[in-house]
Amino acid sequence: MAAQDRPLNGDRLAPTTGYVDNPVIPLPGPVNKFLDLCRAMSIWPMTFGLACCAIEMMAVSMARFDMARFGAEVFRPSARQADLMIVAGTVSKKLAPSIVRLYEQMPAPKFVLAMGNCAISGGPFAFKDQYGIVLGVDTLIPVDVYVPGCPPRPEALLEGLFAVQHKLTGKRFWPVPEGLDHDFLHDAVDVVAAKSGGDKA
Amino acid sequence: MQEICTFFENIPPLALDVLWLVAVLILVIAYITVCALLLVYLERKVAGFVQRRPGPYEVGPYGILQSACDAVKLVVKQIIKPAHVDPGLYFLAPILSFFPVLLLFLPLPFSRLLTGMNVNLGILLVLAFSGINVIAVLLAGVSSNNKFGLLGAARGVSQSVAYEIPLLLSTLAIAMMTGSLSFTEIVEGQGGWPWQWNIILQPVAFVIFIFSMFGETNRLPFDLPEGESELTGGFHTEYSGMGFGLFFLAEYANMVVVCSIATALFLGGYKGPFLDGPWWFLAKSWTLLFFMLWVRFTYPRIRFDQMLNLNWKWLLPLGVLNLLATAFAMKFFPVVANFFGFGGAA
Repeated sequence: MAAQDRPLNGDRLAPTTGYVDNPVIPLPGPVNKFLDLCRAMSIWPMTFGLACCAIEMMAVSMARFDMARFGAEVFRPSARQADLMIVAGTVSKKLAPSIVRLYEQMPAPKFVLAMGNCAISGGPFAFKDQYGIVLGVDTLIPVDVYVPGCPPRPEALLEGLFAVQHKLTGKRFWPVPEGLDHDFLHDAVDVVAAKSGGDKA
Repeated sequence: MQEICTFFENIPPLALDVLWLVAVLILVIAYITVCALLLVYLERKVAGFVQRRPGPYEVGPYGILQSACDAVKLVVKQIIKPAHVDPGLYFLAPILSFFPVLLLFLPLPFSRLLTGMNVNLGILLVLAFSGINVIAVLLAGVSSNNKFGLLGAARGVSQSVAYEIPLLLSTLAIAMMTGSLSFTEIVEGQGGWPWQWNIILQPVAFVIFIFSMFGETNRLPFDLPEGESELTGGFHTEYSGMGFGLFFLAEYANMVVVCSIATALFLGGYKGPFLDGPWWFLAKSWTLLFFMLWVRFTYPRIRFDQMLNLNWKWLLPLGVLNLLATAFAMKFFPVVANFFGFGGAA
């Protein structure tokens, strides 16, 4: 049950492939669209904070920013009931097997959001002779949305949530805040979609 | 019209009973679904308002489509069977936790006539079948091959078994006073105005019932079987998709059942100051449900030994004393009993 039980054949830090089984019952397009809409409106994140970015993640669910408005406040402690893994913080090599295992335990359709520079690329830990930190969680599991910042503002995490919704439905539902470049936002989402193969992992 | 009448007369009575039962069960399932959708929405809204935030707001006007989206998502979510689980028991547990709840709705008196099954042992039926939920929790925890599941199941069983006793004692006090185990007769024994309700004569039993109500339905502050901080998800840790959804549904349905029972036993049921009817029953039971949500987001979770101490050291002796006092009053003060107008056994 502990992460150490995992058979350690070869490189334990090898990235997993985010492949999806073909559906048992193929559904027509409009039905799938409706289901995707419902999925996008009820994204339950996993209670999974690794470092200081988790403080900003908590702020997102609190009164000032309130992720509950978009139906995403149901933080599930069990990976089996979560839809979105917010990798909020520094991923150490010691934790890496646990992260991979938690990702594998999540039921499909599942999404990963790399929050903060540490989770994206190692951030301030990317220097010579550094031995303990994984440089980017996308070397372990497929990442759907990257939210840069050190740490990102809660608004940025909300935009990340909208990017997951955009990925599911191909649409942004909420008004763009003043001063935010809408085209840039769209390009960013599309780049990520292209990078991870464009399909739902 | 004539043909329809003769058609119904030709059906044997047993078939009519079965037809009636099917119709009632369909209505009960519809009521449970509406209740669950409403309660999920209300719970998140109440959480929001208690914590000074709007809660679900953007999905539909004021977020009213939120719980519908959650339901659809849970239904189409992948169902995972973890390695080394007992497949039969693993999939039996959520079904076993939800389906007995349908039976619990049958004897509830929504009005004098609007009762699924007017049995004269209604309380006994509800208490007997609510025990099946304990088995479901135990099976879920044991079969899912997970240490958190097992610990959660152990907690769930010891808690539910413990809190069933004060619940029974407080219910028994009312049954002794009324001289009946039928919900309809108990409601008929009360009047429409608040001072004619059983809560005035049995305030201690009401308080015990409220405590046990939270313990029986595993709601905060007594939600130890799924305590997130130490047991991740407790007995439903390994359940995804609709397996988890059924546990969720059963929890909300159980909440509705206990609040309805409290309404019938203590708060005058379908009787109200003006115009008796199911609206009073719904208003009272939903007020109690709101109270449960309110408590959930006001009080923190208590420790397990504290919870069991509260039960064995306070509620149980108090329930026995209350029962003894009731029996004493019923036997030796028939004059007083008659004065208050509940002299069934005297």
